[in-house]
Amino acid sequence: MSDAPEVNRGVVTPVRVVIALCLIAPFVAMLWVGSYAKTDPELAGIPFFYWYQMLWVLISTLLTMVAYKLWQRDQRARASQKGGAPE
Amino acid sequence: MNDGVNGVALGVFIFFFLAVTVMGFLAARWRKAENEHSLDEWGLGGRSFGTWVTWFLLGGDLYTAYTFVAVPAAIYAAGAAGFFAVPYTILVYPLIFTFLPRLWSVSHKHGYVTTSDFVRGRFGSKGLSLAVALTGILATMPYIALQLVGIQAVLDVMGVGGGENTNWFIKDLPLLIAFGVLAAYTYSSGLRAPALIAFVKDTLIYIVIAVAIIYIPIKLGGFDEIFASADKKYTEAGAGGLIPPAAAQWGYATLAFGSALALFMYPHSITATLSSRSREVIRRNTTILPLYSLMLGLLALLGFMAIAAGVLVTNPQLAIPQLFEDMFPDWFAGVAFAAIGIGALVPAAIMSIAAANLFTRNIYKDFIKPDATPAQETKVSKLVSLLVKVGALIFVLTMDKTVAINFQLLGGIWILQTFPALVGGLFTRWFHRWALLAGWAVGMVYGTIAAYNVSTPTQKHFGGSSAEIPGIGEIGYIGLTAFVLNVVVTVVLTFILKAAKAPEGVDETSPEDYTADAGDPGVKQELPKVGAGH
Repeated sequence: MSDAPEVNRGVVTPVRVVIALCLIAPFVAMLWVGSYAKTDPELAGIPFFYWYQMLWVLISTLLTMVAYKLWQRDQRARASQKGGAPE
Repeated sequence: MNDGVNGVALGVFIFFFLAVTVMGFLAARWRKAENEHSLDEWGLGGRSFGTWVTWFLLGGDLYTAYTFVAVPAAIYAAGAAGFFAVPYTILVYPLIFTFLPRLWSVSHKHGYVTTSDFVRGRFGSKGLSLAVALTGILATMPYIALQLVGIQAVLDVMGVGGGENTNWFIKDLPLLIAFGVLAAYTYSSGLRAPALIAFVKDTLIYIVIAVAIIYIPIKLGGFDEIFASADKKYTEAGAGGLIPPAAAQWGYATLAFGSALALFMYPHSITATLSSRSREVIRRNTTILPLYSLMLGLLALLGFMAIAAGVLVTNPQLAIPQLFEDMFPDWFAGVAFAAIGIGALVPAAIMSIAAANLFTRNIYKDFIKPDATPAQETKVSKLVSLLVKVGALIFVLTMDKTVAINFQLLGGIWILQTFPALVGGLFTRWFHRWALLAGWAVGMVYGTIAAYNVSTPTQKHFGGSSAEIPGIGEIGYIGLTAFVLNVVVTVVLTFILKAAKAPEGVDETSPEDYTADAGDPGVKQELPKVGAGH
């Protein structure tokens, strides 16, 4: 790791891209109303429009959790890198 | 709806109400700190709350009478259009995750208690700070008004409110009593009162929701029946529907997006955030807060259930309380009413405290009495928290109460205009302070005029919060349109002012301040003397 500090210290890393995608996905899904403004398929009598958005509560929670874990790892890696190879 | 007083329900309601009031007064002794007369202590509970207390506190002000009266009422009246509240709360969490930790860090480093403090420190502009403070106080009032409408709806259904033909004093007496109790315990206990009561409130609400969501659909013959009869009602009425038509989809999306952006600009949401113990507490919270969104979605469906259950009310705000009264045994209806009532009281308390902090820190201290002692500051805050509630009462008495969701949306139009200065400032110092001030002014003026011009059959002005978006031609949330205008003005003027080399103002923060966490040098866990220091 320490022989490629430039790559790891860049602002845009693959991990951060994933974090950003996790955070942006709910916006795309929810603001594109046309994609879910329909009644079928129903779930237990509830039209698609309603259960789909409720499902997104759970999906976005999962995505936020993933983003949180990745962010923690990212921060820890950075901290240990700084501590390990002070310049 | 005014078929006499429901004695049992009222008794249970009063029992919980009294229990909560006593708790409110005792809260002053909970986790008592050294210096109770500092603003930090009264207004931020000593900034020592962990994940769970913060969760309850945030939930306490995010999910309010808005959730269990205004949103289901909107569904009851208009169908799908009211469901925008669900995507709204979904979008809130990624936003919190992105910018609130930065605000926490810089605030704890520099002892900021309000968003105005931050804006002043970041841009070195008292004018901009004043604009943010005034907007915060103004926007909070209709939001508190919504809470009062929620309490009133419950009292009305219990038969306490009196009918249309009683005089205004008798009619509004219960409202005034509720208002008085709220004011009194907020005054004496500060933020500690609502945090403690939030536990009771959320417990009650979860019980009520669990019962309502299982018991009522079974009694009504399942969701098939519920949606079928709702569909029938909308078709017959010729208004609303189970899914938004193509023409309403812009409105749906902009309401959700605009509300999400606006939520964390409110002084009360910031108060709850800053009172958490560490930066991590905030991020951890974004992973558990969505539980509330789920609850919101389920509660929204109650609007359909009210239709299926044959609830007929002219004021849609009464639909849910009336549904509870029709469906539940009296004693449990009382529990449900208490949940709604207390669920409106807690956020109202938090909101008025937050608005009061804003006034004291950024108007009283900056412009009126710079050498105020911490004790004086606390005193002024307490008084202003009363005045803000009186302001809210004026909104209740002058605006159309049958579309209560508009109160919140009107507040959103205003508060959204502080977004560029606050969130922009958290990530970059590129914006020019004068450009931000001009953008804010344009957004405020446009938003207010556009909202003023919306009329309905029942109200000539401020009848709604959506209007045609200039240039696009679709109907959308005025707040978001005003916000876009605001950003455009800010960006253009920033280029011009930079070219003209207008003075930038002093930035007292440094880049590391935005990522500091508890335990880092210079970050204090508690800042009891912050009132005196700045």
